[in-house]
Amino acid sequence: MRYIEPHGHMVSRTTDDYRAMAMAGCQAVCEPAFWAGFDRSSAQGFYDYFCQLTQHEPRRASMFGLPHYTWLCINPKESEDLALADEVLAIIPEFMDSSNVLGIGEIGLNKNSRNEMTVLEKHIDLAGSSDQLILVHTPHLEDKRKGTRLILDVLKSDSRIRPERCIIDHVEEHTVKMVLDDGFWAGMTLYPETKCTANRAIDILEVYGNERIWMNSACDWGISVPLAVPQAVQEMKRRGNDAQYIDKVVYQNPIEFMSQSPRFTRPEGL
Amino acid sequence: MADQKDILDLYFLDARARLIDIAAFLDRVDRADGGTDFRHDAFRRALKALESGQADRAEKVLLAFSDPTDEPIPKAITKAACGAWPGADND
Repeated sequence: MRYIEPHGHMVSRTTDDYRAMAMAGCQAVCEPAFWAGFDRSSAQGFYDYFCQLTQHEPRRASMFGLPHYTWLCINPKESEDLALADEVLAIIPEFMDSSNVLGIGEIGLNKNSRNEMTVLEKHIDLAGSSDQLILVHTPHLEDKRKGTRLILDVLKSDSRIRPERCIIDHVEEHTVKMVLDDGFWAGMTLYPETKCTANRAIDILEVYGNERIWMNSACDWGISVPLAVPQAVQEMKRRGNDAQYIDKVVYQNPIEFMSQSPRFTRPEGL
Repeated sequence: MADQKDILDLYFLDARARLIDIAAFLDRVDRADGGTDFRHDAFRRALKALESGQADRAEKVLLAFSDPTDEPIPKAITKAACGAWPGADND
């Protein structure tokens, strides 16, 4: 079954993972900028990371026939240092014309602090001033409800930002309704312990429908499963979902959202 | 869409195993020495949400663990989340 991995931190994964994803039906991978698991010591570290995302990683993915797209930002986990954030924000425009860049992301909040809010607003301003798509990370666990509400409010307060051009990722049962009700796209992340299991994601689809929503693995350097989306497809089949319904969630919906960027090409069009 | 019997056929054994794991976890905490903390309190609150007769138990459980406030905190002093809100005095 064909699918798109709309959120995977492939720089943290092995080449074997690329091969397994391609064999499982993956047609394209999309990689938001992320925290490395440790704080980078300078903006130069981000410069190198952005080079990796825009130059090296697409070549690695292409070994398995996979188009590779990316999103750029300084992650909210590194937003407490406002001076560093400003330096990184200043170098992002240099990379925005790269052929695989879809927009700004994954921006958002982590602990819902004032400095994180400041850096989020600066990213939104950058996206708004250059008409970029936005991919948003919502906080973890106990911080998610509050952070999601704060993020939606700040996005809605900028008249240049259109909700249908923003995906709010990592939704769960207590945040998905507010995201969809405000006109945004919603991403469900399939994690073994935190975020959604496949069964809960399928439940959310049953309750809230399959419009403006996708599934991703958000595989990274932590406990995560690069094949989480095709595994969820297997569970959807067990649940009785038909092929057309599944294809919309794991293939057509990511295409519909990301095709709003002129840099995204439908996989069958390559 | 699957009917209730289908859902039980598909998921009863899995849910049963998870429920026993939760019971064993609570037993494990009770057998250990020392005191619990806000996470244990939040867990007990979340268990009460299971007794609801409404089909929104997952949302209620998540809210039982969530920060209910609406204002940004002054400063992030950690990057990690622990799974339960420690309360305004400990945030």
